[in-house]
Amino acid sequence: MSTNVFRRLLFDEKSRSLIVQAFVIGVFAVFIYLLVQQTAANLDKRGISSGFDFLSMSAGYDISIRLIPFTSEDTHLRAYFVGLLNTLMIAVCGCFLATILGFIVGVIRLSSNWLFRNIAYVYVEFTRNVPVLLQIVLYYSILLHLPKIKQAIVLFEGFYLTNRGLYSPLPIIKDGFSIVLASFVIAIILSIFIKKNLKRKQEQTGKQYPIFLINSALIIFTPIIFYYIMGMPIDFEIPVLKGFNFKGGMVVRPEFIGMLLGLSIYTAAFISETVRSGIISVSKGQREASQALGLKNNLVMRLIIIPQALRVIIPPLTSQYLNLTKNSSLGIAIGYADLVHGFGGISLNQTGRAIEIMLMVMVTYLTISLIISLFMNLYNKSVQFKGNA
Amino acid sequence: MSTSIVNNLSHNKYYNWIVKNLFSSWVNSIFTIIALIFIYEVGSFFLNWAIFEADFRYNFQGELITDRILCSKNIVPGEYGACWAIIYVRWDQFMYGFYPVEELWRVNLTFALLPLAIIGVLFDKIPFRRYFIYFTFAYPFIAYFMLYGGPGLSTVGTNKWGGLLVTLFLGVTGIALAFPLSILLALGRRSKLPIIKSICVVFIEFIRGVPLITLLFTANVMLPLFLPEGVNPDNLLRALVAVTLFQAAYMAEAIRGGLQAIPRGQTEAAQSLGLSYWQTTRKIVLPQALKIAIPPIVNTCIGLFKDTSLVLIIGLFDLLGIGRAALADMTWTKLYYEVYVFISLIFFIFCFGMSRYSLYLEKKLKTDNS
Repeated sequence: MSTNVFRRLLFDEKSRSLIVQAFVIGVFAVFIYLLVQQTAANLDKRGISSGFDFLSMSAGYDISIRLIPFTSEDTHLRAYFVGLLNTLMIAVCGCFLATILGFIVGVIRLSSNWLFRNIAYVYVEFTRNVPVLLQIVLYYSILLHLPKIKQAIVLFEGFYLTNRGLYSPLPIIKDGFSIVLASFVIAIILSIFIKKNLKRKQEQTGKQYPIFLINSALIIFTPIIFYYIMGMPIDFEIPVLKGFNFKGGMVVRPEFIGMLLGLSIYTAAFISETVRSGIISVSKGQREASQALGLKNNLVMRLIIIPQALRVIIPPLTSQYLNLTKNSSLGIAIGYADLVHGFGGISLNQTGRAIEIMLMVMVTYLTISLIISLFMNLYNKSVQFKGNA
Repeated sequence: MSTSIVNNLSHNKYYNWIVKNLFSSWVNSIFTIIALIFIYEVGSFFLNWAIFEADFRYNFQGELITDRILCSKNIVPGEYGACWAIIYVRWDQFMYGFYPVEELWRVNLTFALLPLAIIGVLFDKIPFRRYFIYFTFAYPFIAYFMLYGGPGLSTVGTNKWGGLLVTLFLGVTGIALAFPLSILLALGRRSKLPIIKSICVVFIEFIRGVPLITLLFTANVMLPLFLPEGVNPDNLLRALVAVTLFQAAYMAEAIRGGLQAIPRGQTEAAQSLGLSYWQTTRKIVLPQALKIAIPPIVNTCIGLFKDTSLVLIIGLFDLLGIGRAALADMTWTKLYYEVYVFISLIFFIFCFGMSRYSLYLEKKLKTDNS
């Protein structure tokens, strides 16, 4: 009798699934319990205290690459934010550069010129089949072996390339600049207004207006005119060689340039492939039909090909952005003070709070990943087919 | 006369190809010329640097190079190219790390057997494939015995391993261990049981959301904290745990793509024949799904193989770690181009080979279906 009940329970799909899941939960709970207990015992034995109180303690180390002020007396929490900002800075700059480079290479890969096409192909194969860490380390080595400050390479007037980084003029903002900025914002708002108006007129009359030309002229020239009207409210502090170092100006460290080059050159190879497959995915008939309607080549590209290609490009592009952001954690190999190097490395060594710090770092990366996919999904929705679900 | 030449030319397929691909318009012709100049400049520079003006083992005075000072380019600055002597001198380290010299034959034998172990998995139309597959399953045990030691062979601790050995070890073992795990994860993620499904989803998305380096750190710093006293895995094993979990999550997503591509009718038909869940999965769904998923799986393998270079950050000497150690040595410092180009080449050969294999499979599967 009892075996019968047992058999029925085991062969009934609903009860079996309940039994299996209860079993899994049980195993999981035991596993977690053992893990927590073991960890607590181990921590106790080694005399490691736990908790997040270390965040308010003084960090005791310096970070040379930073966007907000930081000294060694500041707290670990501030070190966390310095690292987070550095991670975000390299991720944003890297995504920007990689996208531009990737689109250019992707378009060249489809060029009708055999040689151009294959130069791009060789670039793609050589960069994506070599570890990004190796590339970062290589570019960084090259940067470190640039001439010393005394023999700096002069790129332009005021721009010096040395083994200590790129020295460039520092813009100093004087009063009156806010008006230039305001004129820029107003120009943008005005251009949106003009675009809407002219679009409507075009739809009514069929007459085409050079909207793009008008608006770009408006956006570019308005601030320039105001800049001169206000008496040029930006000064440039040009770096000057004094003794062993440059005085004034600003400097971009080789760690940052190395990371930027490595990440964007590597990721651009992958982006170029997604761009290429996106453009290929638009059927030939689309191009032929739009040419038959008398559209010029650049209009065919802008109005017909790219909007349709974007639909295919965006999802893989998102994952490339995510990869780049995660790869920015490799800064530790060359001493770029990102989240993993500064907070996850030096703070961890000083406080010994491995669990808390790794948890914070991982949760931060998860959050960044989530935010990127959220925004890209929103953008993706805006470029998808509308109304034919 | 001239028209007949043009006529003759226009029937020549090479001529047509050149006109179509290189000189179709005057803009195109300019691009072609720019590209030719670019290729000539870069190509001649690189070939001169890497081969024609390079030192291999002896400098131009005929001395054996044992120190970077003896490189020709350091004797006559700017006149000479690469100095490959660093690779010659440190060849053993690049390949085996600090493995004892008298035991190197063991590593060589393991390397030599590796192609035999994977050939049966890669190609399905080879003679005696069954025996190759048997060997594939035996290989991990042989490799462990040969590399680490055991009865009859002296033990070589993993702290002595390095270079290509560590890179290949982490890559091959990580992929091999991750494969069964990833199948379970992929099946779990598509499971109807909500708890199993959510555990798999959380695991996969967590691993995919954080950088590998944080997992390596966690494994390196925290694994000893999680485990009972006395169980203290060495550094290489810790890295292997992180790499395996990482690879399993990515591979699971590739396999899930394959599973999704299998029409429901397949499962339903199998169930109506009375097959159980595991029978359906093992005999009907997985064989088809894995076949479809092979190209993306290979892509994740390429990614993992490149990512093994990250272990240098937690203090292991993989290929790149050995390279950096060589550059830190005062006798060879500054030869970073040579070292990094050499390592890049090794990675390139493996990764490019894998991507070619994936292309070959894609082509083969296409013809099978149509």
